[in-house]
Amino acid sequence: MDASYFLISLLNGLSVGLLLFMLASGLTLIFSMMGVLNFAHASFYMLGAYVAYTITQLLGFWWGLLLAPPIVGLAGAAFERFALRRVHKFGHVPELLITFGLSYILLEVVQLVWGRQALNFLPPESLRGPLFTIVELPSPGGLSLAFGEPPPACQAVAGASCTQFPSFRAFGMGMAVLMLVSVWLLFTRTRIGLVIQAALTHPEAAEALGHNVPRVFMMVFGGGTALAGLAGVIGGALRVTEPSMALAVGAVVFAVIVIGGMGSLAGAFVASVLLGVLDSFAVGSDRSLADLFGALNLAVTPATFGYAVWSVKISQVAAILPYLLLVLILIFRPKGLFGTREG
Amino acid sequence: MSQHRLIPKNASRWLVWGLYAAALLVSPLVFTSSLSLTMLSQIGIGIIACLAFNMLLGQGGMLSFGHAVYSGLGSFFAIHALNWVSSGKLMLPVSLVPLVGGLFGLLFAVLLGYVTTKKAGTPFAMITLGVGELVAAMALMFPGFFGGEGGISGNRVAGRALLGISFGPQVQLCYLIAVYCFVCTALMFAFTRTPLGRMLNAVRDNPERVEFIGYSTQHVRYLAFMASGLFMGIAGGLSALNFEIVTAEVVGAARSGAYLLFTFLGGALFFFGPIIGAVLMVLALVLLSELTQAWLLYLGLVFLFMVMYAPGGISSLIMMNLRLAAFGKLRQLWTSYLALAGLAGVMLVGAGAMIEMVYHLQLNQALGPQMRFMGATLNAKGFDSWFGAAFVLFTGAAMFELTRREFVRQWGRVQGEIEQTIKQREAAA
Repeated sequence: MDASYFLISLLNGLSVGLLLFMLASGLTLIFSMMGVLNFAHASFYMLGAYVAYTITQLLGFWWGLLLAPPIVGLAGAAFERFALRRVHKFGHVPELLITFGLSYILLEVVQLVWGRQALNFLPPESLRGPLFTIVELPSPGGLSLAFGEPPPACQAVAGASCTQFPSFRAFGMGMAVLMLVSVWLLFTRTRIGLVIQAALTHPEAAEALGHNVPRVFMMVFGGGTALAGLAGVIGGALRVTEPSMALAVGAVVFAVIVIGGMGSLAGAFVASVLLGVLDSFAVGSDRSLADLFGALNLAVTPATFGYAVWSVKISQVAAILPYLLLVLILIFRPKGLFGTREG
Repeated sequence: MSQHRLIPKNASRWLVWGLYAAALLVSPLVFTSSLSLTMLSQIGIGIIACLAFNMLLGQGGMLSFGHAVYSGLGSFFAIHALNWVSSGKLMLPVSLVPLVGGLFGLLFAVLLGYVTTKKAGTPFAMITLGVGELVAAMALMFPGFFGGEGGISGNRVAGRALLGISFGPQVQLCYLIAVYCFVCTALMFAFTRTPLGRMLNAVRDNPERVEFIGYSTQHVRYLAFMASGLFMGIAGGLSALNFEIVTAEVVGAARSGAYLLFTFLGGALFFFGPIIGAVLMVLALVLLSELTQAWLLYLGLVFLFMVMYAPGGISSLIMMNLRLAAFGKLRQLWTSYLALAGLAGVMLVGAGAMIEMVYHLQLNQALGPQMRFMGATLNAKGFDSWFGAAFVLFTGAAMFELTRREFVRQWGRVQGEIEQTIKQREAAA
């Protein structure tokens, strides 16, 4: 494995991980505050991408980035106000079920309005090029970094390997970090954050002091879904905007918050970055268990028992790594990496 | 309570089970077309699956998003067993092949359930989702066993025919499914009466207290999960016999979602609820999906309103009205029911017309803006069609809301009367 490949895989993994974290943070916020697992969280992510696409067609990408999250947040708040609040008294299972029903409805509505094909949702013109290029020249050149377009050495020198890192990926990572910092500041440094924290741990006391606790819950739910919408704008432009995007990312995000520990924001962060990096390295590797046995001088041939298992390449396993990790975590550390409670 | 019963205490139970057996026995004789026979077979399989699912959801309070894994893996092992029977490698009557499915459903429930049942409540739901995705992705990874995209096919006319029953004709299979369905239903009902079944209810209602008494809630959940896996596997084995082909989608998230949705719609609180759910499931998957392209949207909306207004599902609505009937109050309410149903129908026609018009514009643009909806021709791009549909919807909705408010008042009054009657009876006793 050469160094430039390693670097770029690490960066790609980080950017995927941060995107996952944008989703997982909203989910964790809603879960740790209201005790509601929002099954439709990934559907709000999808809605964010589609709404941003439409606004981009009308007004341009930056307006889409600015307007789509609040629109998705409003939709989330309306859902909390008119549906979720009604079933709150029935307990957690109906709460989970109603968001499960919502995921069906949102998927159908999105297909109804925008169709079933993938949309051509691209990053803005100014962010389409590479941010920098990692140039690896044959020795004694070594590794160097060039900002902007790839330097002429890439074509001129034989055997030079150049890997580009897209600007929009970097922009997405920046947005995720910005979001993380601002949410943290909001919760710990502002009056609103204090009221929210109070309403969650001591709802009766907060209500007695004159705060409208149901409205706080509505704001938290709306805020969480708005974060999902923001992730959708980035994710939609970075990857593909299509109706299956919710399903593709939804199950992984749930795995993230179980691995990190239910309700732990730090755990969600570590787990999403871990999964992102793991995924990005696994996708690029075509080794298999058979190769490992080969290195240990154990011959594995198609005649060996269980050859189908031994010969599966790591890149093929990449899709199930999150769930394998989930199972392992549950066996060896049931409360998750950073979790505080069992059960 | 009266001590002088003329009829034995269990008479009503015998009657219900007798009627259930009779329904299973007679329905293949009444509905004889090949479509209805396939549907009846699917309903029988669905009943086993939904009841097994409800062992977790209704009786254990465990919400599983990945339960198709156990029926699906059962299907795959059953179809391989069937192919072994065909090639003479395995001596097993075809009628026992579903038990192979059940065995492997149980085996995988033992394996995966150990991890899954470590948690309860919301984390349990998420882990089942993860395990479901894991198995679904693995199914595509090993084409040797799972057959890749094309799946594994088999032929259920295998081995020696016993008493002239080869399971070639659908009706013979339909009766095999009916027998399995009845036996499994009886066994699952018996399970609810065992100490384990009762402990499972206790774990659902008050896990803390169960722990204090000295039971391990995790252990109880694990045992129930295994029992559920066994019956899911049997259902999977039967469906392998029924379709004679098993594809990777039987372990997928859509199938798991369907079990959850329809078990809930049927009602998780009563034992018979999932039976209603299974009938609805097959009707919706086979008939409704033919009738309209928007069926998933309707299904989602029905589910949403059910969770909000009748979290006990259809079976709880039936039981509430049986209670009314038992106290002779149904007569006071039936006019309101009629009005509510009529107005809901009006509202649905309006909403349905609008939804269908949007779908028509989105999917069938090539056919032009004209479309048929309930016998009328609508112009999906015309103002008057939209105005008419909206008018019908809003009139219906407004009148429905007024009637509903009146009904809620009436309902509260009747319930109050019933409670008073119960108190009087208690005082008299």
